[in-house]
Amino acid sequence: MSFLLTCPCCGPREVTDFRFGGEVVPRPTSAPGRRELNTYNYFRRNVAGVQREWWYHRSGCRSWFLAERDTRTNRVLWSGLADGADGA
Amino acid sequence: MTPRPTDRLSPQPGERIDRSTPIAFTFDGRPVQGLAGDTIASALFASGRRVFSRSFKYHRPRGLLCCAGQCANCLVAVDGAPGVRACTEPVRDGMRVKHLNAFPSLDWDAMRAADRFGAPFLPVGFYYKTFIRPRRLWPLYEKALRGVAGLGRLDRDQHRRRWRTDYRRRHADVLVVGAGAAGLRAALRAAELGADVVLVDEGAEPGGRLLAEGGHERAHALVASARDAGVEVLAPATALGYFDGIVPVWHRDTLHQVRASQHVVATGAIEQPLVFAGNDLPGVMLAGGARRLSALWALPPGETAVVATTTDDGLEAAVALLDAGVRIAAVADMRPRPGGPAVGRLEEAAIPLMRGATVVAAEGKNAVSLVVLARVDGNGRALPGSEIRIPCDLLAVSGGLAPASSLLSQAGADGAYDAASGCFVPVPELPEGIHAAGAVTGLWSEEAIELSGAVGGAAAAHALGLGGDGALKELEQARLRLSEMRGAAAPPAVPPASAGHGRDKCFACLCEDVTTKEIQQSIEEGFDSIELGKRYTTVTMGPCQGRMCQLPSIRFMAGEMGQDLGVIGTTTARPPWSTVPLGVLAGRPFEPAKRSSLHARHRAAGANVMWAGDWRRPYDYGDPKAEVLAVHERVGLIDVSPLGKLLVRGPDAGAFLDRLYPNRLSNLKPGRIRYGVMASDAGRIMDDGTVCRLDEETFYVTTTSSGAGAVEEWFSWWLATWEMQVHLTDVTQGLSAVNLAGPRARDVLASLTELDCSNDAFAYLDGRRAHVAGVPCLMLRIGFVGELGYELHFPAAFGEHLWDALLEAGRPYAIRPFGLEPQRVLRLEKLHVIVGQDTDSESTPYGAAMPWIVKLDKEDEFIGKWALEEASERALETTLVGFQTIDGGVPREGAAVVIDGAPAGKVTSARFSSQLTQAIGMAWVPAQLAQDGSRITIVDDGRAFSALVSTKPFHDPEGARLRS
Repeated sequence: MSFLLTCPCCGPREVTDFRFGGEVVPRPTSAPGRRELNTYNYFRRNVAGVQREWWYHRSGCRSWFLAERDTRTNRVLWSGLADGADGA
Repeated sequence: MTPRPTDRLSPQPGERIDRSTPIAFTFDGRPVQGLAGDTIASALFASGRRVFSRSFKYHRPRGLLCCAGQCANCLVAVDGAPGVRACTEPVRDGMRVKHLNAFPSLDWDAMRAADRFGAPFLPVGFYYKTFIRPRRLWPLYEKALRGVAGLGRLDRDQHRRRWRTDYRRRHADVLVVGAGAAGLRAALRAAELGADVVLVDEGAEPGGRLLAEGGHERAHALVASARDAGVEVLAPATALGYFDGIVPVWHRDTLHQVRASQHVVATGAIEQPLVFAGNDLPGVMLAGGARRLSALWALPPGETAVVATTTDDGLEAAVALLDAGVRIAAVADMRPRPGGPAVGRLEEAAIPLMRGATVVAAEGKNAVSLVVLARVDGNGRALPGSEIRIPCDLLAVSGGLAPASSLLSQAGADGAYDAASGCFVPVPELPEGIHAAGAVTGLWSEEAIELSGAVGGAAAAHALGLGGDGALKELEQARLRLSEMRGAAAPPAVPPASAGHGRDKCFACLCEDVTTKEIQQSIEEGFDSIELGKRYTTVTMGPCQGRMCQLPSIRFMAGEMGQDLGVIGTTTARPPWSTVPLGVLAGRPFEPAKRSSLHARHRAAGANVMWAGDWRRPYDYGDPKAEVLAVHERVGLIDVSPLGKLLVRGPDAGAFLDRLYPNRLSNLKPGRIRYGVMASDAGRIMDDGTVCRLDEETFYVTTTSSGAGAVEEWFSWWLATWEMQVHLTDVTQGLSAVNLAGPRARDVLASLTELDCSNDAFAYLDGRRAHVAGVPCLMLRIGFVGELGYELHFPAAFGEHLWDALLEAGRPYAIRPFGLEPQRVLRLEKLHVIVGQDTDSESTPYGAAMPWIVKLDKEDEFIGKWALEEASERALETTLVGFQTIDGGVPREGAAVVIDGAPAGKVTSARFSSQLTQAIGMAWVPAQLAQDGSRITIVDDGRAFSALVSTKPFHDPEGARLRS
């Protein structure tokens, strides 16, 4: 499995430069019930299609950023820094 | 019986040999003379050798067949390394070449018995049928079969098998695979249009078939133009496969990982043999192979030749051999009306040309001495009255071409059977970014091949947005011309699936010794699909990987089963394209190791160095018991540089840490330290460490050594989404750290610093900054090892100086450096948890007996709060406690805590403490047993230990020594 990923700070690199950080999962905004908490902690959508996800540039600038990638073809449609509206 | 050497022909245009430079090497211990530019095979052929190997199963003699590195007939071992193809490996002075699998010698192989007598024991798939009973004889069978099977032995000495391959990442616009006429044209055109092109060819030099078929000057000119246009040309360089857009190319000592935006596959087509009785005899050569021998190495492939062909290639080869001085006794062309200039030349030379005929048998003792030509029916049986027997010593065969489409298939292209040309051709609709050019697309004429090369190169460039409208128009016109050419091409004839049935063995697969009779048998046994048939008969699974046998065996199956070849299909093409040593792929071994700035001191002090993650750390300095005692009684020094160290700064730093830790940190006073345990959103312990507040906006966070990277990632991930004014700086490697511990630690420290180190001025859990031995230090008064101690953090460059100063100042107190093992014993005496050792990914702070760390009444939400609220309401199943065994035995980590014969918990740490003269440890036990004095049973591999639970530290339970 091999493709190019563009770090917003450093530019395009082989995917092996990075560590995959998981799909973006919306965090509960207030005290969740047990089911909602378990879903947040242990379940993922795992789509066969375009996924919004985190990446960490471990062999470079060590910044976290987001990407949208088609999990079927590994084609990366977009990557960029998070702006506070995503994730947590 | 020394064979007569073969005289070289007169100098051939385009020959590779340098007649003025002899090369001397040995074959099976005997000296052989060759010339610079020879391959091992050509030099041996020149010395008179005709048998180059013994076949895999029957140990029949085999001779040169393809002279192009495609088949398996010439495999030898060179300087101890097996699996080398003699026909492509250049000779070097002093090479030691040996044959692979014959005993006692290549020319007289005892294992030929398998051919003469072995038939009842070696049917197709014999390992499922024979050599099975009686079962008690299997070890004997196995030993015997192992000795007979295989191609060569590996040298037992690993050192002599080492490879030193470098990896190189090459990003390019266009990768062209194959530097024959089509590939050269493609690379040149793409480069002319502005692309950055890499061109690779598996041959010794670029040029493909041009080199041996009269086009070597044009090949050289094209290569020069390509280089001038900026193309990077690599040869010999094999493209090993297509992996999601990366093509690894093996070129001498470098594995180029080529990632190109566009690919042009111009890998050509592979000449196919004919299947007939005795088709494996030495002296049967591919027409192209015979041409290569004479054109490149100036060797007559035989004295008297017969040529059997289905294509113009075979006729042209006959003419080339004629021009080289070989006597052509007869030519058999399967086509009823072959045409072209070659026919005219043959007629001029009065060479008999049989039309609509082919070879049905080759006969001879260990080499061809006679061939039988005949006209054949649809089943390859000779028509009565048409047989002609011709004595000769060379049979040059040309059974058509099979496109070498493996790389295209790996890239996702489909193949389809083209009945007109009798082979499988890639379907024109190729995946994005992939182009094909030349013979691999089923084109056979020189003009069409070169034009398709230019088209492929231009298409690749245009796909990148290069080249203007003018060039695009040219491309479209060229495409039109190409399709017209394709339509007008004269088809070759399709050879019979097998000729000469019943006369002798007809080999469909030479590498694996699979005859057509065996394929017939396997179909009868029910293995009637190509994938099943391949796995059962092992056809195409030998060193040639189907180059010589895929098409003939599919053709044979189609005939036997009455199906179209297109329905049978081909087997899946897989990498690597050609033989590659594992060492080439592995590259250089890398074992990154981190060493602290003090490492030389540890070595000098005789430390036993161990791996701790990717750090090299002292396990001990030779006497762990004495090192423990030194810390208890006097003072010891340990290097803790691998600890994670993070600076968290900013107006929101305190609030940030409050969100990440279950306890409060924002109310920490400057100069004070708090123990911190991080929890995940599922309430599980992730890591622990200390947090020291340096000033209003600055916190110094330490983490476990192995968790350093993960904690930094965790912190920065939350910062990426929370809009807080916090800066994170990872100083793990920039700062070193040492821990000075023991009752005399204060004395040592005070002698090196002006700071007031009295207990009032520098209390337990205070953090102070001062110079120690002239080195600026952050000093944390914490107590992992349970005695009065100071952890000094300082710039790594000062490490050796500070270490020396501390040891010198500690001399009056008999200070000792101590390693990780004594540290483990010391902390176990205090029941201090090591995250990851005593906890796992499911452990909560409640289970790990530190409920006080979770401040549920904190105003801010913190990571893990929701899960920990839940957890606080549930009864614990197991919890972490200390224990001491009654008989002083030490159970191993992982041993089970057993109740009523069933496992109910486990031991996470255990050691013998000489200070306490007791065996102590930590274990997870059922909550109801987590009281002082409870008795538990531990079972370790059958041995039972009786133990008493302790929830308080064994040594200095009140912590008085820490606070002194």
